[in-house]
Amino acid sequence: MWKILTMLINTTIFSATLRMATPLLFAAVGGIFSERSGVVNIGLEGMMLIGAFTAVAVSWYTGSAWLGVLGALLAGALMGFLHGVASIKYRANQVVSGTAINIFAGGLTVYLQRLIFKMAGVSEAVPRILDVELPLISKIPWIGPVIGRQNPMVYLAFLTVIVAHVVVFKTAWGLRLRSVGEHPAAADSVGINVYRMRYAAVTISGALAGVGGSYLSVAHLSRFVEGMTAGRGFIALAAMIFGKWNPIGALGACLFFGYADALQMRLQELGIPTQFVQMLPYALTMIALIGFIGRAVAPKASGQPYVKEG
Amino acid sequence: MLDRMKRIPYHVVVAPILAVLLAMVVGSLFVLTVGESPLAAYKVLLQESFGTARGFATTLQRATPLMFTGLAVAFAFRAGLFNIGAEGQLYIGAFAAAWVGFTFTNLPKIIHLPLAILASMIGGAIWAAVPGYLKARFGIHEVINSIMMNYIAYFLTDWLVTGPFQGSTMIPETKRVAASATLSRLMPPTRLTTAIYIALIAAAVVYILMWRTKLGYEIRAVGLNPTAAEYGGISVAKITVAAMAISGALAGLAGMEQILGLNNRFIQRFSPDLGFMGVAVALLGKNHPVGIVLAAVLFGALQTGAAAMDRLTSVPRELITILQGVIIFFVAAEYLFSRFMKVKGEA
Repeated sequence: MWKILTMLINTTIFSATLRMATPLLFAAVGGIFSERSGVVNIGLEGMMLIGAFTAVAVSWYTGSAWLGVLGALLAGALMGFLHGVASIKYRANQVVSGTAINIFAGGLTVYLQRLIFKMAGVSEAVPRILDVELPLISKIPWIGPVIGRQNPMVYLAFLTVIVAHVVVFKTAWGLRLRSVGEHPAAADSVGINVYRMRYAAVTISGALAGVGGSYLSVAHLSRFVEGMTAGRGFIALAAMIFGKWNPIGALGACLFFGYADALQMRLQELGIPTQFVQMLPYALTMIALIGFIGRAVAPKASGQPYVKEG
Repeated sequence: MLDRMKRIPYHVVVAPILAVLLAMVVGSLFVLTVGESPLAAYKVLLQESFGTARGFATTLQRATPLMFTGLAVAFAFRAGLFNIGAEGQLYIGAFAAAWVGFTFTNLPKIIHLPLAILASMIGGAIWAAVPGYLKARFGIHEVINSIMMNYIAYFLTDWLVTGPFQGSTMIPETKRVAASATLSRLMPPTRLTTAIYIALIAAAVVYILMWRTKLGYEIRAVGLNPTAAEYGGISVAKITVAAMAISGALAGLAGMEQILGLNNRFIQRFSPDLGFMGVAVALLGKNHPVGIVLAAVLFGALQTGAAAMDRLTSVPRELITILQGVIIFFVAAEYLFSRFMKVKGEA
């Protein structure tokens, strides 16, 4: 029993949990911005994938992985903006537009991969962002091995959560953001530009998803692999819901899903098939949704195009 | 001028065609990046998919599962439901068909094949009924639950074909289904099978069900205005579950085609996004069986031509996936064209 416990609870697993949670965190926070403004973004998966590819391409040409992350941010923002154009300006069904982005991203990344790297499957190895060791903190027992030596992007993800929490709940902009997602007509009547808020939110959402994707390709690995996001955009979506559309909640969900991810190998050793662990985030989200019944947790106007009257 | 504009069934015929043409223009830009001529690339594509009998048969084979998933998505759409879970339902349906196919080995074809087909429908229906029930009972949006169910289906079938039902080899796939459960090939060596007939029958059945029966009337009523339908004495909850289940059964048939027609066994993660492409097919086909059949043939042709284009030009075959994404994007943002048309009409 003790042996199993130490197998499931140890600093190596917790350290891996943080790494696994990182791409989810960026994308989940992105999803929160978008949905809080009233735009459903199931295109997170595709935006992450394009981010992952862009990061590798930029890193390959410039030799700088950080520039790659910047490129991923911009490419993701562009995809977010396109999602906005379709769903805000042209009133497209947001789920359809998101699906289009996911399919488009799958094709585009492989197309460009074959053009740039002349090979299918995986890209060349590119410069990656190296792990850093925090002075002092890394020496603390228990905590040091978990948070003391990580990839800078892991720290950046946590910082993003805190900043997002402050922006969404403690600033005037955040109040306006939430108001257009709850009751766009009322927000409009007090002079808030609903369209501009939604464009901003969905663009931020894409940018963050892009950065999340770049973590996979130029921090966790140092190359692009076809379809490497492998559903993480949807897990991020689940984490957003599980965390009740707020960044701190999503952080909890991402850590939990990240932990499940990190545990997979260990559980397999115990005879539990990995597939059942992989199912967990999705099954738990369905259960959580039933638990939310009767309580207003989701932004009310999420998914509905806003048509200004007159 | 305005009068004549009104008579054109603009949103039914013109918008989808415009969407496809515009997507081809966007695709041309991608072709130009590799230094090829877009016209030459599209010509290769068309010649391969429509130019020969064999090519056309392949086009129809590729179109078959898309007809099923397109019908599936459209059926739910008509009830005001968004079935983004066709992909998962397809996997469950496919596994059910495969299981019946390899488990019962001494049944005559006349019993075995229909049984396997039925199994795929039941599997898909159950998988789709869950988000339908959660919507009807708790009001939870079907999109989220369908997405979650997709992933549960992937991992469940991953486990089934690498664990309890893995064939004898180390490959993640099941045993082959018995010959008595396979669909007959119509034009060897192409892999076009009698599944195409089943797809066309399904399209006809969907049409009759939707526009000639009480259930269809109720489904459309709920789709147009659930509140009014409820006042009119229709149980929105029942219709929601029924529409999702039927939608799932249709998606299950797409999985059936892949197993009993194409691969003859369940291969892990075999589907090239057929369920998601169903969304594109349904939209492009305007949620009408005739439109869906035509849209599926178009997508089937793109996929058939892709391989030839890849072989004969330096354009990677993924151009087609890009095109498919862009087509959905333009069909979704149809309002774009209505504005464009209006401006033209006013001028």
